[in-house]
This record gives sequence, structure tokens and C-alpha cells, in this order.
Amino acid sequence: MWDKLAKIDRRIIFVLIAVSVIVPFITRMAMSIRVSTPVRKAHQAVEELESGSTIIIAVDYDPSSMPELQPMLYAMLRHVYNKKLKVILMSLIPLGPPLGHMAMEDITKEYDLKYGEDYIFIDYRPGERAVILAMGRDIKSIYGSDYLGTPLDSFPITREVTNFDDIALVVDLAHGMSADWWPQIASARYGQKLIIGGTAVIAPDCYPYLDSGQIEGLIGGLKGAAEYEMLVNRPGVAAMGMPAQSIAHLVIIAFIVIGNIAYFALRRSKPDTTK
Amino acid sequence: MRRVVPLVITFITGIVIITGLFVPHDPLGQIEGTFLVWYAIIFGFTLMLGLDSLIRIHANKIRRRQPGFGYSMVLIAAVVVTLVVGIWSIIKYGSAFDMRAPFMFIYMNMIVPCSATMFSLLAFFIASAAYRAFRARTIDATLLLIAGALVMIGRVPVGHMLWDKFPVIAEWIMNVPQMAAKRGILIGVSLGMIATSLRIILGIERTYLR
Repeated sequence: MWDKLAKIDRRIIFVLIAVSVIVPFITRMAMSIRVSTPVRKAHQAVEELESGSTIIIAVDYDPSSMPELQPMLYAMLRHVYNKKLKVILMSLIPLGPPLGHMAMEDITKEYDLKYGEDYIFIDYRPGERAVILAMGRDIKSIYGSDYLGTPLDSFPITREVTNFDDIALVVDLAHGMSADWWPQIASARYGQKLIIGGTAVIAPDCYPYLDSGQIEGLIGGLKGAAEYEMLVNRPGVAAMGMPAQSIAHLVIIAFIVIGNIAYFALRRSKPDTTK
Repeated sequence: MRRVVPLVITFITGIVIITGLFVPHDPLGQIEGTFLVWYAIIFGFTLMLGLDSLIRIHANKIRRRQPGFGYSMVLIAAVVVTLVVGIWSIIKYGSAFDMRAPFMFIYMNMIVPCSATMFSLLAFFIASAAYRAFRARTIDATLLLIAGALVMIGRVPVGHMLWDKFPVIAEWIMNVPQMAAKRGILIGVSLGMIATSLRIILGIERTYLR
């Protein structure tokens, strides 16, 4: 029996994980969500901005991380427009901008927003770190125009913006290295206020920046997105995903416990074969 | 000469960029700004190089009828179609990312579902790998196992429902031991990057010339 428990067919694990994710969605299970300190700090950083301030949202993720970070983008945009801020959307990766466009298409239906006054797409420029460095000196040296090629000086939102001195906050929604680049360049060199929203995989990497004050707040993974949705009083896709994520985590832990019980039982009964 | 010119260019641009950090005023600041724009332009061309390399590899595979060459045909067809549709979208709408553009149809109905699905498969493999690999064979492995389990429970709402201290413990693990380790790694990596960069700028490290 212990031998079978130590070598459960992976297909059984796959089926149970699938069931643990699907059933909460079908039954519309709900759970209360406790807001953590890093997310509360991120929310506070936006809350403290004056109405009319200009912020940059860097959509530095692609469709593979969309399930985790797109809800974060929606929650952030709703908070930003509740505060009547202005948003410049950009990206350091080629497949990021369409996700920003998709989100804004929905958000503009909820709020009465005007392109060029309340938001603008400047999209992608190659160069990664060099783009951030150049933006710190002069944004228009690297982003001369919006996504349609219209000069940035034509738009009220970017007419008076020169560099990070004119940007109240940068929000980087990241699935990779940009979560390191923004604090190391924009925050360290130019003193830019920064929030990082990252996948659950890279969020732990950002804790040193949070502790040292290089970032104002940190939103990590789908749970972080759900917490932010709660803070802006608009529970959405992320909050819906919490029961599924919770039960899937419990199933994984259960399998780990079963595997270890079987391992120790086998080791006790057959000390030579388990080494 | 073939080796000296790149070394000189590397040295000059490296020194200008480093000095520009400490002396941001003109003319160094202006020169640094110009170099950054050149870097962005060259970076764009490396994307083209990557595309060329990808097409060459798969075209060779098709020409030689190597195993799996059918997938290479699909890949090259997808590259060509996406390129043509993207260029057509730019011509008609000014940007491939305009919501009305045909490119966005490919993006929303093919790239998004396929990318999200590929990444979502990880959940199943992680569950299976965790079950097989997370064995408390040694004290270190046991500590890792316990910390991992506590963070997994504490970082989801059900953890708070089971015991209200689980999220507190998870946050402590993230804020103290995890952060300490990450900070150490970050400092180590940064020092390594500084050392390697200095070696490249000073011409000691020349592997990039091959």
C-alpha cells in the first residue's frame, strides 16, 4: 500500500488538480480576502497622488502571464480613474502593448475618458534598460510619438512631460526582468516613485526593494490582484480565482504530505530499497 | 585592427556611459542620451537577426526533411502570415495594435489563448513534481518543505480561514529569511555584473569578439 502511495500515477494528480480548479468556478464559491501589507502600501501610494497627476503604467508582461496580471491592470486602472489621474501606457516587451489596449477599451466604457487627455498609448520601444535610462533624461528622445505616430507634443497629457520629474508614479506590471530594471534605474538613479505588480514567481524577488524603500508597494500574483480589487471595491476575475487557487494549493499540500508519509513508512519497512 | 577597433569602441562607450552617471551635465549627458537612442535602434535590429536565425534553422529542417519538419512548415507559415497581417494592419490603421486591426484578431484569438494555455500547463506539472520531489530526506529538505507549505497555505484565503496566524507566518517568512537570502543573491549578482562589465570595458574579457 505504501509503495502505491509513494508512486501515485501523475494522471490522477492532474485530474484532481483540474477538478479542484474547475469546481469552485462552477459552484461560484466565494472567500473573504485579507489584504497584506505590501498591497496596502501600493494602494496607499496611488491614494496619496493628487487629482490630475500623470502616471506611467508599464505593461511589461505577455499573454502567458495575462491570467495573473491583467486583473491587476484592471484594478489599477479603476483606482487611477477613480482618483482622476492621467495614464501613459507603455511597455518594454513587444507583446505587452495589446494587453494595455484591450484593458483600456473596457475601462473607457466605464469612465468618460478622452484619448490624449486622460490616457495615451506610447507602446513599445526596443532597448529594455536603455529605454528607462533615456526616459529619465528625456522621454521624447526615445518616445517621440504615440502608437499611431502622432508627436507627443500634440497631446495635452504629454505636452508638459519631459522626464521622470513630471511623472508622479510608475506602475510596472512585470513577469520578468523589468521588475529589477525599474527599481535599479528609475528609482535608484532618478528617484522615481515606483510600484511593482508581479507574478507570484517574481514577486519574492522584489521584497528587498520594498524593504529598502526603492518601491512604494508590491502586488504579488493573483492573490495580490484580488487584494487590490478588494481595496478598490470592485471584486473581479482575481477574487473569483481565489477559491480555485486555495483548493488547488490544499490538494498539492495533501499530495506532498501523502508522499512523505509513504516515504517514511517505506523507509521504516525497507531501509535498503528507499536509499 | 579587426580586434582593436571593437575594443576601442567598447572602451569609449563604456567609459562615457559610466561617467555620464556621475556627471550628467552636457556634453557628457548629451552624448549619453545619444548613445542610448543608438542602443535602442541596434536592439531593434537584433530582433530582426533573431527572426532571420529562426527562419534559417527551420528552413534547413524542411529542406533536409528532418524529423518534425512538418512543425517547421507550420512555424514558417505562421511567421509569414503574422508578418503580412501586421504590416497590413499598420498600413490600414496606423498601428498593428489598433483594436480594429486584423493583427489584433490573431493576437486575441491565437496568441493569447495559446500562450495562456502553455503557461497554465505548468500548474499540473508543478503539482506532480512537488509530490515526487518534496521529500523530507534531510534537515535542509525538511525546513524547505515546511517553509514552502506554510507560504502556500498562508498566501491563499483558505489559510486565513483555517488559522488566522497562517498569513502572518507566511508574511514573516517572505519578509525576513526569504528577503535576506534574496538580498544576498541580488548583491552577489550585482557585484558579478560589475566585475564582468569592467572586464569587458577594459578589454580583458573578449569572448564577444568571436
